[in-house]
Amino acid sequence: MSEQNAQNSWPLWEVFIRSRQGLDHKHVGSLHAADAAMAIENARDVYTRRMEGVSIWVVESKHMHASNPDDAPMLYDPANDKIYRHPTFYDLPDELKHI
Amino acid sequence: MSTNNYDDNYKLDNQSTGSPVHWPTNHLIPYTLHLADNSLILGHRNSEWCGHGPILEQDIALTNIALDLVGQARYLYQYAAKLINENPEATHFSFDVEAVTEDTLAYFRDNRQFKNCLLVEQPNGDWAQTVLRQFLFSAYQFPLYNALQKSTDKELAAIAEKAIKEVSYHLRWSGEWIIRMGDGTAESHHRLTQAFDELWMYTGELFIPSEEEKSLLANGISADLREVKEFWMGKVEQVFTNANLPLSHIRDQKATVFQKGGKEGKHSEWLGYILAEMQFVQRAYPGCEW
Repeated sequence: MSEQNAQNSWPLWEVFIRSRQGLDHKHVGSLHAADAAMAIENARDVYTRRMEGVSIWVVESKHMHASNPDDAPMLYDPANDKIYRHPTFYDLPDELKHI
Repeated sequence: MSTNNYDDNYKLDNQSTGSPVHWPTNHLIPYTLHLADNSLILGHRNSEWCGHGPILEQDIALTNIALDLVGQARYLYQYAAKLINENPEATHFSFDVEAVTEDTLAYFRDNRQFKNCLLVEQPNGDWAQTVLRQFLFSAYQFPLYNALQKSTDKELAAIAEKAIKEVSYHLRWSGEWIIRMGDGTAESHHRLTQAFDELWMYTGELFIPSEEEKSLLANGISADLREVKEFWMGKVEQVFTNANLPLSHIRDQKATVFQKGGKEGKHSEWLGYILAEMQFVQRAYPGCEW
């Protein structure tokens, strides 16, 4: 198996990193790796060199499903003018103001 | 550094000049240099892969490891320089400088004064050879630093404590590659067994203590290589089993004629080429900055 073939047959992985002060993992990029263990190590080597993060998630790109940007008007515009869905139309009692 | 006559710079004195008061320093300096040289030479070898890695992520992984190793070397050289400057009678060589620095030690010592083991100066070869060299060395460096964390020398203990986290990763990364290649395709397995044939004879030296190591052990300063070897044998056997590599050479240590001499400054011819590349700029333009 030539090196070229080997590289093409390694799956692509999406990488998410949580920073030290963060609460959620953010997408930082993608890389090739043969398996999950290698993907995490590669992500550590490539995406945490400058203390960008303290936690790594990797997912094979083929398992990521994304919405179609062409569908955006249909999916998201209708919510723009339905303000009654926001929880802001009642007065909070004083006792609850500092939850 | 003003002289071009390299011989003038090194007055190699094989006789110990220290009184009992200097005795630990007499041995502590060469021991520290031995630790530093191992890291520097292997770091340099790994850095030769920069831009040539088989795949981007592995190019970065290996050069990261090179940086880790050079970083360890720097701490150790800085400590050695401090010891040399504070104890001029305790050293076995002198330099034509006001004060010795890490750079003096890295760039202005010659072949015979380097105390790295032979394994780290072996050529990179292919990916299999580089990764096997790393694994065999990291499996030695991990228990070594682990032991040094308890050294009675506070400086060495602090350096070891910092470095062991890096070495843990080197050991994991290289061990996994050994398994991947050993248990991979026919070609990867073949390359790994060839690498094994090249490198195995250099592993024995790792566990032969130098005179300094033996005397420092009595003071609780150096690591006990017997414990280091025990960990190494277990780790190597475990990984080699998963990599379908032969175990007979591990189990039968007498089957191999092990090369040695690195700790005493007797190196393979490779070190000369490494130093020529590594030291050229500093020697051509001493004290240059950029």
